[in-house]
Amino acid sequence: MNRPPEVPQTPQRPRQAAWHEPIIMQMSTPGARGVLPPPVEPGILAATGDSLAGLPLSVRRVTPPALPELSQYEVLRHYVRLSQETLGNDVGVQIGKGTTTLKYSPKVQEHAARLPAVADLHPLQVEETVQGILRVMYEFEGMIKDISGMDRFSFQPGGGSQAIYTNALIMRAYHEERGQFGPGGKDQVLTTIFSHPANAACPKTAGFDVVTLWPGPDGYPDLADARRLISERTAGLFITNPEDSGIFNPVIDQLVGAVHAAGGICVYDQANANGLLGITRAREAGFDLCHFNLHKTFSSPHGSGGPGSGASGATDQLAKYLPVPTVEFDGTRHWLNYERPASIGMVRGFHGAVQGVLRAWMWILSLGPAGLRSVAETAILNNNYLLKQMLAIRGVDIPYPHMRRIEQVRYTLQALFEATGVSTHDVRARAADYATHYWTSHHPFVVPEPATFEPTESSSKADLDWYAGVIREIAADAYANPAFVRTAPHNAPVHKIDPAPLDDPARWATTWRGFVRKGGR
Amino acid sequence: MAAWPPVHPYIPNSAPGVRGEMMRELGIASVDELLQDIPAHLRLGRALHLPEPLTEMELARHTREVLAVNRVPGDGLLSFLGGGCAQHFIPAVCDEIAGRGEFLTAYTGDTYEDHGRWQALFEFASQLGELLEMDMVSTPTYDWGQAAATAMRMAGRATGRREVLVPAAISPERLAIIRSYLHPAMEVRTVAADKSAQLEPDALADHLGPATAAVYLETPSYTGLVQVHGAAIAAAAHAAGALFIVGVDPLSLGVLAPPAAYGADIAVGDLQPLGIHMNYGGGLAGFIALHDDPRLVMELPTRLAGITTTAVPGEYGFGEVAFGRTSFIEREKGKEYVGTGTNLWGIVAGVYLALLGPQGMRELGEGIMRRTRYAMDRIAAIPGLSVADAAETHFKEFVVSFAGTRRTVAEVNRELLARGIHGGHDLARDWPAVGPSSLYCVTEVHRQADIDRLVDALAEVTRS
Repeated sequence: MNRPPEVPQTPQRPRQAAWHEPIIMQMSTPGARGVLPPPVEPGILAATGDSLAGLPLSVRRVTPPALPELSQYEVLRHYVRLSQETLGNDVGVQIGKGTTTLKYSPKVQEHAARLPAVADLHPLQVEETVQGILRVMYEFEGMIKDISGMDRFSFQPGGGSQAIYTNALIMRAYHEERGQFGPGGKDQVLTTIFSHPANAACPKTAGFDVVTLWPGPDGYPDLADARRLISERTAGLFITNPEDSGIFNPVIDQLVGAVHAAGGICVYDQANANGLLGITRAREAGFDLCHFNLHKTFSSPHGSGGPGSGASGATDQLAKYLPVPTVEFDGTRHWLNYERPASIGMVRGFHGAVQGVLRAWMWILSLGPAGLRSVAETAILNNNYLLKQMLAIRGVDIPYPHMRRIEQVRYTLQALFEATGVSTHDVRARAADYATHYWTSHHPFVVPEPATFEPTESSSKADLDWYAGVIREIAADAYANPAFVRTAPHNAPVHKIDPAPLDDPARWATTWRGFVRKGGR
Repeated sequence: MAAWPPVHPYIPNSAPGVRGEMMRELGIASVDELLQDIPAHLRLGRALHLPEPLTEMELARHTREVLAVNRVPGDGLLSFLGGGCAQHFIPAVCDEIAGRGEFLTAYTGDTYEDHGRWQALFEFASQLGELLEMDMVSTPTYDWGQAAATAMRMAGRATGRREVLVPAAISPERLAIIRSYLHPAMEVRTVAADKSAQLEPDALADHLGPATAAVYLETPSYTGLVQVHGAAIAAAAHAAGALFIVGVDPLSLGVLAPPAAYGADIAVGDLQPLGIHMNYGGGLAGFIALHDDPRLVMELPTRLAGITTTAVPGEYGFGEVAFGRTSFIEREKGKEYVGTGTNLWGIVAGVYLALLGPQGMRELGEGIMRRTRYAMDRIAAIPGLSVADAAETHFKEFVVSFAGTRRTVAEVNRELLARGIHGGHDLARDWPAVGPSSLYCVTEVHRQADIDRLVDALAEVTRS
């Protein structure tokens, strides 16, 4: 059978919706109602009299809250319009949003996650009433154990950063048990500048000092440099691999070995695992702890910034420190184990964002072992295909050009910037005119004028070609008419913002009441 | 041999023709050629031990079958569980917006890409700010426990002190989160409430001092008790140079005074009651609100969605307020750490508040207080059962003691469950000292007939 013809290139570009909705606080009609609470039955009214009588005036609300008053349809339409002004992955190509693994979140998972049998479960129900969800959690733990080589997992962390924090607490508990945590003992952790900022911030929050390794000539830390920084103070290592550069550190096991030799614990941030599924694991590299983002690699949606789901994994040696409760199975029934005295306790209430675990479990059941391997291989193929097209664009380069890339690439637009004055931030704003994303980099900008793209396995060839075409066109415009690109966006829901008030205490506002108080209208 | 890779619906470029085209473009015969930087000794070298794949129909059916054994509150099971998460009425519009694919699958685009997401987050903060009468509201955090713990560390940095006073009778899970989050930077000192869960200012006197960074109060308390001494506690804390942090159920604030009205510097709590399904605990979402005092605002670790103007007059745009505070910019030198929070639940909470409005929040709050009072009075009248702090005002929750019966809570709950009722949360594991007791929770979802059914069943199963 012949393939359908290619969709012809049209001069019309996709563009974002622009509804110019007022702020909801401006939409109020006094007396309007959006939903009516259930009335209290006469029997309860009669029996309870004035239920507020016992309360002192000081704790009663005197002035009603100045919430907006709207009919139900007005609320619905307003928020549907706001949703339409949001380039979620269901709508917009998110190839440009590197490090975040924005892949297709299958709808069959979403439908299941909204079933009352998941959505309406109370986290303190007795075990016999929640055997279904406990089975999902237990089975998924089995799957992710094989994917990582770790021995136990907790799904309590509410996101990737909280999982890194959880692993920092486990590292702390390990050293505390040996009387070595703190000044004069194990008080220092190592991380790399290309690892997510949480790998520095979380151990610091947990009470460690942080030493940052910088890349050597191949884009990852030189082993000799690293060894010089490892000492008896070294409590452990927090590292991503591949790092956000997209470069895989091939001597990772030697770095892990050096930290182990100093008595440290090694933590693998697997936020960038999408290109490694079924190919290489935390276990083979010698790690003691790791975490996955179920909302990235395992297809659970990102929710406009959460709830995410972080899965923290540990080897047998450290499993006793994982949060309570763990999910156990006695061959007949699943149960929750709270009797784990060495545990770090809890980092988030109850059992974490379990809906994310359900989705990840379904995702693996849909893919199977070959499908999961294909996810990794296709993510790598897509990334390298895009890389080749990107490098053909004038003004776009990569650092460490002699190294291969796994599932993402940190590019540099330094040449474009030097020639045109158009910065990577300007290109980002201009990409919004094409209804697509473009991301720069976490700070600091080690790579000048950075851009980080991660296509994932969800991108079609047509998506990749289209996205490369967008960047090519923006770059060409930058050379031809830099002022036009620098003043973008021109065709997005809003125009160039004035960022100054956001950093000015006299003008900043995160609420309408604050905005109005400062003269906004 | 089967074709590699298998063609999968989630992987567009698993279709053989297009894959071949891309590989030809790269000049490779196999993706393995792109993996040469991964040394052989780090390779797994075998297929993963995972179940063979299911088609979508098989998967949907299998999932339903696995989940079918769950017993679901509101769906055949009458439940009185609370303790930090509770069954509430969810307006259909909340579900509709929560399910919008645009919000659901967005992440962290800026105002040019995700303008609607930013506006929805700003509107969430604006409405919560009205409910709390505070000008500065953060994007949502992980949960109440994390929000409280962060508020305490903010207080520690702002005051240069290292102790916080926390009522002993708070959620044990929340206390565990706070303790681990404060260690080793700060210390938690628990303050026992005299006789009842009503925290008296006098109880603080022995503990408040020059080391106190903050006093933390929850109202309603873990046991549902509306705290009436907030103003005096605030005054005592402030007199000692400490901040006053209040944890609060936002659903109570149509009826109860916002913490700012009696002196709170920071208010925290959970958004789950505001239109968010429990999700077996996955519905938790914390909030942090404060006054617009730059000294304290700059101690926040979280993202702040701020409003600004654009190049076009009359147009609003949004952006990160004081982003330089955060670990995104400053790594280990930033304030604590930040990452993916619970924004979708914040958006839903905004929808919920817009639907309820001031009248709805008042009616709902009053209704819950009346239902709670009704349930407390009726249960207290059952021979052998008693309700803690029964004379005082409760919101949603209260503790029932079974000490006057010869039954354990586990036995009672087992027999209730046989009658289609999930009884209150058994406090035996966390609070053994209180004797056989359980925490009951009543909300707007409970009709009089539901409460009466519980009362009849409790009377029956505890009859000696």
